[in-house]
Amino acid sequence: MSSTSPDESRPPDESRTAGDSQTESATETMNLVEAVRHALHTEMARNERVMVLGEDVAENGGVFRATEGLLESFGGERVVDTPLAESGIVGTAIGLAMTDMRPVAELQFMGFAYPAFDQLVSHAARMRSRSHGQYTVPMVVRAPYGGGIRAPEHHSESKEAFFVHEPGLKVVVPSTPADAKGLLIASIRDPDPVVFLEPKLVYRAFREDVPTDTYETPLGEASIRREGSDLTVYTWGAMVHPTLIAADNVADEDGIDVEVVDLRTLSPLDVETLVDSFEKTGRAVVVHEAPKTAGLGAEIAATIQEEALLHQEAPITRVAGYDVPMPLHELEDYYLPQALRIQEGIRETLSF
Amino acid sequence: MSTQNEADHHPDSAPVHGTTDPIQILDADGAVLSNAELPELSDDDLVAMYEDIKLARRFDQRAISLQRQGRIATYAPMTGQEGAQVATGYALDQQDWLLPTYREHAAKYVHGMDLASLLKPLCGLREGYAVPDGVNVMPEYIPIATQVPQATGMAWGEQLQGRTDTAVLCHFGDGATSEGDFHEGLNFAGVFDVPAVFVCNNNQWAISVPREHQTASETIAQKAAAYGIEGVRVDGLDPLAVYAVTRAALQKAKNPADGERRPTLIEAVQYRYGAHTTADDPSTYREEDEAEDWREKDPLDRMRNFLTNRGLLDDDLEAEIDERIEAQLTEAVESVEAATTDPTTMFDHVYDELPPRLREQRAELESLREKYGDEAFHEVLE
Repeated sequence: MSSTSPDESRPPDESRTAGDSQTESATETMNLVEAVRHALHTEMARNERVMVLGEDVAENGGVFRATEGLLESFGGERVVDTPLAESGIVGTAIGLAMTDMRPVAELQFMGFAYPAFDQLVSHAARMRSRSHGQYTVPMVVRAPYGGGIRAPEHHSESKEAFFVHEPGLKVVVPSTPADAKGLLIASIRDPDPVVFLEPKLVYRAFREDVPTDTYETPLGEASIRREGSDLTVYTWGAMVHPTLIAADNVADEDGIDVEVVDLRTLSPLDVETLVDSFEKTGRAVVVHEAPKTAGLGAEIAATIQEEALLHQEAPITRVAGYDVPMPLHELEDYYLPQALRIQEGIRETLSF
Repeated sequence: MSTQNEADHHPDSAPVHGTTDPIQILDADGAVLSNAELPELSDDDLVAMYEDIKLARRFDQRAISLQRQGRIATYAPMTGQEGAQVATGYALDQQDWLLPTYREHAAKYVHGMDLASLLKPLCGLREGYAVPDGVNVMPEYIPIATQVPQATGMAWGEQLQGRTDTAVLCHFGDGATSEGDFHEGLNFAGVFDVPAVFVCNNNQWAISVPREHQTASETIAQKAAAYGIEGVRVDGLDPLAVYAVTRAALQKAKNPADGERRPTLIEAVQYRYGAHTTADDPSTYREEDEAEDWREKDPLDRMRNFLTNRGLLDDDLEAEIDERIEAQLTEAVESVEAATTDPTTMFDHVYDELPPRLREQRAELESLREKYGDEAFHEVLE
């Protein structure tokens, strides 16, 4: 077996970033799940070593239809319904990746990722390190994640912090269709293992124009969704949208000018964008669905204190899920941060 | 590279531990097979079993309808599988434990859960998984196969404490046999020789993946051989056969003969007539007419014919049963729909004692509700 070079799967002539796409390239209106499907199709057409495996991904096209049509386009060798076994899916994906395939494994819901945890943290994350770079695991593990869709128990959790805590894994969460496509393509081409979490609340929430040709949205770069000068809200995934609503509301009602930073990649963090924004505003709120304690908000707050303490004008507020198991759907609206709680957090931080 | 379709191809059939042909007592028309022995069940029990199967089918229809009206959330239907669920429930003694999945509504009911309790999680209520006192049913297992090692542990615990009249029965599907927990649980059960019965409701489909792509084993029962325990295949649409096999397995678990090991893996061969859940559309992955062969062996029809032939069921009794079922269902639906949940109860029972930080969070939620009212939490702000 030979080690894999990232360049092999990354022909320079086809790689460019979304930032370059303001040229006259064709676009198609898509929602987020369609953009995921489109990204998979694009990369599978371009690189025959890219394959998709998981439960119900082939004949059924995925329980959210994210892989619909791939079996028809690429056949049963590259679009594979596996037995029902998450550790088996991720373990075999690691093996496939180490022998030069480019597997995109699907875990049906993030809440069912735990049987695969051992494979992810004990092996995928550290294969490069243990072998001093000789062996690498260029795979993507996709999983729908987050709450808000009245799903059964174990179908709504946001446990990104488990994976961010693991050195060697990259963790990506798109919040828009165009980002979903570009980030997924970048993840498939990335030489390291990527956990790609898809916020299912926004799978079909809205549509936007997505360039139809191939492009990468670079990993490790946050996106400023709204510019502002009074306070920065750091968030990602499904929480970007209520945050933008909250930002508009506090602008209208209180004249507060909020900057919204969509982190997009949670590991590695874009510390530069994070700190630059804070140096401008001096106040921060972090919004995430995951429980507050030891959630990523803690990491962001600590990073700000390390890098920009002298700019700080107020305590950093975390608007997060409560430290309880995600409740059944009757109480979901109370558990998840929504615009109401985000506005409250913004006003509190401003009034310090 | 090989195609997954090669999993269809089985080499020479290896001998199977247990039987390859599923055990049956009733034929497809509900007549007792000539070589079969009826289990020891009273006439009243037989009629009650029929009523419960019928209740289960009506529950399924009502639940699917409630889901379509948006009155309950995602529901996992059991039509076609009620016979096996009810029969395993009848085989249990009251003190035995039942570990169900999200599909075993009828098994839970037979072992003591009331209908309203079955509906509570579907209504998203905070107390949705609470089990009434004195009922030895675990909250349903939604992750796949995780109940298998727990069943072994519970059986082990009962055994260590000398409660020799108590066994543990756990349900799971054909898909679950692919998970590591299935292997680990059965392996421990064999090693520690615990009083546990593992019932695989092989309904042929794990969402869209057919049984023959789930495992290259010819049967699921044969997997028992690898753990040194008995494996039995039974017609899962024959309630009397499922009862007889499960009852015998439970008795062996509690009181094995010399040289017998206590655990049993039962493969109840059946079919999921409907969708995996109300969020699933089976027409994308299987032919509609596939169900027809199975429907000819329908558990409800078989039991009805069996009872009618024996003079235990007539139109009057059938009408009485129907009336009772409808009244029970209506009452259960009304009672759960009238129930409300106090949002701050999400903080209850997280720990024995609520830590200070959680008390603060609960207070924060309470003050937000006071300030803005509950409506504000449900508004989709634009």
